[in-house]
Amino acid sequence: MDIRTIITAVFLGMGCFFIIVTSIGIVRFPDFYSRLHPAGKTDTVGQALVLIGLMIYEGFSMISIKLLIIVIFIFIASPTATHAVAQAAYLREVRPWKKKEKK
Amino acid sequence: MSFLITAIAMFSFWILLSGEFTFILITSGIVASLIVAYLSHDIFIGKPDIKIETRRVFKFIKYLPWLVWKVILANFEIAYLVLHPKMLIDPQIIRFETDLKTDLGIVTLANSITLTPGTITVEANKEEFVIHAIWQKSVEGIIDGEMQRKVKEIEGEKSV
Repeated sequence: MDIRTIITAVFLGMGCFFIIVTSIGIVRFPDFYSRLHPAGKTDTVGQALVLIGLMIYEGFSMISIKLLIIVIFIFIASPTATHAVAQAAYLREVRPWKKKEKK
Repeated sequence: MSFLITAIAMFSFWILLSGEFTFILITSGIVASLIVAYLSHDIFIGKPDIKIETRRVFKFIKYLPWLVWKVILANFEIAYLVLHPKMLIDPQIIRFETDLKTDLGIVTLANSITLTPGTITVEANKEEFVIHAIWQKSVEGIIDGEMQRKVKEIEGEKSV
């Protein structure tokens, strides 16, 4: 097997792992703000890892440069979108979930 | 000057996306990038001070590896919290004041905070930042203020 295929597989696998973790986190976490944490961070890196894997598979060409541009765009746009959603909730005074004190 | 730079940048982006060199594509690319440059060159470049901007770009490139490292750490932390059988999270909202002056600095700091361990920027403006932190450990990272120092260093002393 080609060494490049193996590296690609590793990147794709890690990307899929992070995306699955994101989905589980969105289901498990208790409230709006804490759900934003997996959605805003892990998701970004999951997508970036998948695209980097595809870049390595493709080699240096027009397509991999386009993929690189997409990765850069996601890294700027995803935190900004997360921030916009969080700010909207903050302005509407959504109360954050608090851990109950231990008795 | 800014018109020319914008037109060249737009046209190289066009070439990059199309990847073909037929007459009709090149011509329509030139026309389109000239129109875009005419409409938006004052937003894209503004009134740059070349010396300060170049120094900022270099400092930003030096800042990037540290940021990427932090992002990787952040993701393992979130994955750990998500997959841990007990719910370890202890969310809280914290505020801190900032002395960043430029829009670019504030945007960089806000996006960096969102990407790094356990914190999300809820509100960012020139006076204060409101941060949602997912557990106690990430609060300490913010109060420490290392990231703000680094962003301030990129920004430089002179505000533009």
